[in-house]
Amino acid sequence: MSGVAIAALAIVCVALAAVAYGPELAHARRRRRRREPAQRRRPPDLPDPGEELRAERRAERLLGEVLGAEALEAYRALGFLHCFGAGGDGRSYGYLIYPHKPIASFDVATGELLNEHCVSFPDREAPAGAGRLPDADDALAKWLALQADERGLVNEANMHLPGRQLDPDHVRRDIVRLSEWTSRGAAAPEGNLDGPAAA
Amino acid sequence: MKLVRMRPGHGDELLAEGDPELAEEEARLIEAFRRQLDRGLWAAVPTQTAGHREALHVRHFDEVPRDAERIIFIPPAVGG
Repeated sequence: MSGVAIAALAIVCVALAAVAYGPELAHARRRRRRREPAQRRRPPDLPDPGEELRAERRAERLLGEVLGAEALEAYRALGFLHCFGAGGDGRSYGYLIYPHKPIASFDVATGELLNEHCVSFPDREAPAGAGRLPDADDALAKWLALQADERGLVNEANMHLPGRQLDPDHVRRDIVRLSEWTSRGAAAPEGNLDGPAAA
Repeated sequence: MKLVRMRPGHGDELLAEGDPELAEEEARLIEAFRRQLDRGLWAAVPTQTAGHREALHVRHFDEVPRDAERIIFIPPAVGG
């Protein structure tokens, strides 16, 4: 007798639970079904939020291997690379090499800004949406090109007077920052950051 | 010696690696070198002399210093 009562009570509980929670469970199941196909349909070209960071790390590693750890430290601290021009006595003018911005040339003795040199490295084989070179690669490419073929790069670049794209005051402050950095000796032996940038 | 190429949105990519003193590996390096130049890329070899770092622009594999650690291929520069 008591067994029958327990069974009846269980049936009643199940029925009540179905009435109470059934609609919510059904709704949740429908939501899950809608969500799952959407995830499967995720477009393959959806940007990977970490890819840019990984690319930048790879580029900085290459920059460090090519220019040395101290030059990499200077690049991270200052945000640009530096080298001297080969013309004149070899130390009469220099370049500040900004990633994805014009190269700024300046007179080493006076700090006077000379020109902006606008240049880029478009990859015709890159798939659509591949973006541009990571910042450190762009800066290193400019450094390599200036070192290996300064005349060729300067001839290829669009040259403008200072102030066209770069804020002259900002560039002058960067020359001072570079001078302070090199005078500390932090990057002296590496990456061509081996001499006074400005008086 | 490593041959690497800068790629947009990715960073550098290793194309080939080998010892140019070994004939078979040198042939592989030369083939990879020519392929990149045929695609119009620009080749730079970082060098170091007495702590001073520079770079060479090379158009032929025999211009590459035998002790070079890497050749970096870059898309050619254009006025921006």
